[in-house]
Amino acid sequence: MTDLARFALSALPIDAAALGSALARVHAGACVTFEGWVRDHNAGRAVLRLDYEAYAPLAASEGERILAEASEKFAIAAACCAHRTGALAIGDLAVWVGVSAAHRGAAFEACRFIIDEVKLRVPIWKNEHYVDGESGWLHPDNTPVAR
Amino acid sequence: MNLRVLYFASMRDQAGVDAEEVATDVGDARGLYAELRARHGFALDPARLRVAVNGAFAAWEQSLRDGDEVVFMPPVSGG
Repeated sequence: MTDLARFALSALPIDAAALGSALARVHAGACVTFEGWVRDHNAGRAVLRLDYEAYAPLAASEGERILAEASEKFAIAAACCAHRTGALAIGDLAVWVGVSAAHRGAAFEACRFIIDEVKLRVPIWKNEHYVDGESGWLHPDNTPVAR
Repeated sequence: MNLRVLYFASMRDQAGVDAEEVATDVGDARGLYAELRARHGFALDPARLRVAVNGAFAAWEQSLRDGDEVVFMPPVSGG
């Protein structure tokens, strides 16, 4: 069981060190973290910067639901995820996931689960601004999203 | 009834506003999207959208009530 499962949207830079420290537990022997950074290219285009926007109330509740699912599926001690909103530059920290657990296996698996589910399910959208002056909202179109 | 509709990402760009009050007689979210798509020319088919009513995921067939907040969400791209 987790005693910390917290999802946060942040318009300000994410303090990864503080979030990581908050995952410490006396019974936790492993901590796995994932950092998603803004990179300078996507799908063959040179990216200058990007904006994230979220439907905040549902992003928060769906993010919390994903963390709760992770704590049911994996033997973890604590889990946390923070996602930026607003304007970001190349190299900025866009999303952070941290999981502590008694052992490393569950921590790795839960961390992977959380970032994968956040990318699939949480209502956050990315607008990429390209070097050629164009910009565009990304709406991945490989699968229908209706359930 | 009067509904509040919020728009995000490409749908906000296409609507030209991030929110609007809509007076309508449609019964459910599917009917509302058809009405708003005709007005704003939204590119995305309903099959690619998810619906939220009052901050929670909802079915397209969910009945709408006066004062509801409705969001049509295009495929997400966080992370």
